[in-house]
Amino acid sequence: MKSMRKLNKAGMILSMVIGMIIAACMSPAAGPEVVESDEAAAPAMQETQTTLSIVQERGHLVCIGNAQLPGFGFLDSEGNFSGFDVDYCRAIAAAIFGDADALEVRPASARERFTILSSGEGDVIIRNTTWTMSRDTDLGMNFGPTTFYDGQGLMVRKESGVSTLQDLQGASVCVVTGTTTELNLADQFAAAGVAYEAVVFEDFDQSFNAYDEGRCDAVTTDKSSLVSRQTTLTAPADHVIINVTLSKEPLGPAVRHGDDQWFDLVNWVVYATMLAEEAGITSENIDSFMDSNDPNIGKLLGLEGDFCAKVGLENAGCFADVIRLLGNYAEIYDRNLGPDTVFDLPRGLNSLYTDGGILYAPPIR
Amino acid sequence: MTTAADTSLDRSVMPPSERRTLLGWMRRNLFSDLLNSALTVVAAAVVFLVALLLLRWALTTAQWGVIPANFNLIMRGQYPAEEAWRLWLALYLLGGVIGLMWRLISGKFSTAALIVFLIPLALREVPLFSWMTRFHLLVVAGAGAGAFYLGAYLPIQRSVRAAVYVLLGYLVVMLVILRGYSGDAGPMPTVTTILWGGLLLSLLLAFFGITLSFPLGVALALGRQSKLPAIRIISVTYIEFIRGVPLISLLFMGQVMLQLFLPDGFPLVDRVLRALVAIILFSAAYTAENVRGGLQSISRGQYEAAQALGLSTYRTTMHIILPQALRAVIPVLVGQFISLFKDTTLVALVGLFDLLGIARTITANPDWLGTQQEVFVVVALLFWIFSYTMSYASRRIEQRLGVGER
Repeated sequence: MKSMRKLNKAGMILSMVIGMIIAACMSPAAGPEVVESDEAAAPAMQETQTTLSIVQERGHLVCIGNAQLPGFGFLDSEGNFSGFDVDYCRAIAAAIFGDADALEVRPASARERFTILSSGEGDVIIRNTTWTMSRDTDLGMNFGPTTFYDGQGLMVRKESGVSTLQDLQGASVCVVTGTTTELNLADQFAAAGVAYEAVVFEDFDQSFNAYDEGRCDAVTTDKSSLVSRQTTLTAPADHVIINVTLSKEPLGPAVRHGDDQWFDLVNWVVYATMLAEEAGITSENIDSFMDSNDPNIGKLLGLEGDFCAKVGLENAGCFADVIRLLGNYAEIYDRNLGPDTVFDLPRGLNSLYTDGGILYAPPIR
Repeated sequence: MTTAADTSLDRSVMPPSERRTLLGWMRRNLFSDLLNSALTVVAAAVVFLVALLLLRWALTTAQWGVIPANFNLIMRGQYPAEEAWRLWLALYLLGGVIGLMWRLISGKFSTAALIVFLIPLALREVPLFSWMTRFHLLVVAGAGAGAFYLGAYLPIQRSVRAAVYVLLGYLVVMLVILRGYSGDAGPMPTVTTILWGGLLLSLLLAFFGITLSFPLGVALALGRQSKLPAIRIISVTYIEFIRGVPLISLLFMGQVMLQLFLPDGFPLVDRVLRALVAIILFSAAYTAENVRGGLQSISRGQYEAAQALGLSTYRTTMHIILPQALRAVIPVLVGQFISLFKDTTLVALVGLFDLLGIARTITANPDWLGTQQEVFVVVALLFWIFSYTMSYASRRIEQRLGVGER
């Protein structure tokens, strides 16, 4: 009888412990709820703790980035973060602090990036993140202006003379299996009425090796990856990425729902780089614009109006700082992906609307 | 228990070893019959072919320029160059501490000790290193030898306990040196752990992971054997829960979910520390099970004899049971520590730049695209060197303690 009671007691303790563990395990599943209640609390919170005020208090921006994407985010040999996406992180830091290095890049995998942003460990994601509807809604993200219009592309040998989809009639295409890339390929070729033969592989390395060895006429993946992969081929100069886009991949910054001031700030930092290119202002010639009579330039550079105050910044020259430290869109693009880099990636869609692209920043007024 | 005299007697009656000539050995082992000869020839051909291909790749195709260009990154990650002297300072001290510990534990300058001091001197011959690096390595070796000799004149009694205190003291000092204490300026500005990377981070994670998870694991193993139900149940639950979860999910919990559970405005816990805690918690559960194996191998007679002598439970455990139990599981424990060392690469997946994370970001540098093979070969080599050293050390310890002979 006594041992029975002992057993019961032990059972009770055991079940309590197990109950606690289960509760602990369930909490991750309750994650979205936690986020929601945060949102509900957001208006009350905003009076005291906006993202901007947290960033300013901390003294640096935490930017959720990528450390493994050539041209977009990586560590250079001196250990500094570098790349197109990283430059936009630096641009936001420059606008807030007047110092592009007031920045901590938090490298994150594709899976964890949104969770890190939701949990408040990062302030903004700039990590080749495609703007999609479910991310914009379900995940509680606000997407800023697209900084890089990527899209699935095709690489072929120069000597083949292929330049359009139709030229690929009957060609074999190397592709990674089980990806949206494979589906896009099928859809687009069917729509164009072009017959082709898909040579499928398990991963990128195999796919590009096979293409390099001449086992297929073309290879397909996102254009930004194509350019970086091209440089690893045996004879990079013998290959060309044709001017055909099979899918839409708008990449840009993303912030949390619920802090519109911060969202505006990120938006207008990106727009400012585009507006500067439109106006022909670069990091080198910016000082010659400082006595400009053009009201558009004056507003961008903080010579008239209080447009930086509208995004919560006291420094009236916040956008001027961005241009001075990082340059305009063209400078950022060329520095990381342009003709002087190994990528030599044509601007394409990422040209200003005046140059046949779709970069179109709203006016500062 | 047999005495030392018995052991030597056993040795003296062992059969004489056969005469070892190379030809005789080859005939006996490689070409004993037709099938064996054929296998030998095929295997030799395969080995030769692979070695040839590897060598040809290493000497012609491979772009080894990527390694010297990113050498600092591989060694210390983003640790600022102007503060790198602190890493050397920590290494000088490490040399000294090893020398002192050697004096405190064995007191003799054995061959093994010589090898330890020769490592820094041998490293100086790596052609990659600058003369500055070679000078630093010379100082490390000198500090080791100096501490060994001066240790004899220190007013400390020779004991393992004293050696452990020296080591613990060093760990604290080392962390202060690496992390800094004087804020943004001053003689030792703070270097946040986020900037620690490369081999430095891998070794620190492994080292602290091993030293801190070991006592926790032993405690859990004892707890699992405890007669008190609460302690036993907690230990069993902890061990079984942790062993049922992959390390990567613990790391993700620490890196990504932790902030959701903490109250708003709670200061962020250091990310490297979070990873380390996950590694310790994980490794402790496995250590506990390994140690339990050792505990269960101790015969009942040992407990009873200790009781008959009137030893308390604490003394029985510390002086009778644990020394025997741990000795029995050295190979398993070292195997687990080696796997812990390699498991530290998982932190690359949660955004820390350990050796593997650094390798992946180097291969993403536009200047060094397509050098995955070169970088990963070097990383593998580094891992192999450290893992093999651990397993070699464990074999030496086993020999010294006579595991399997007594």
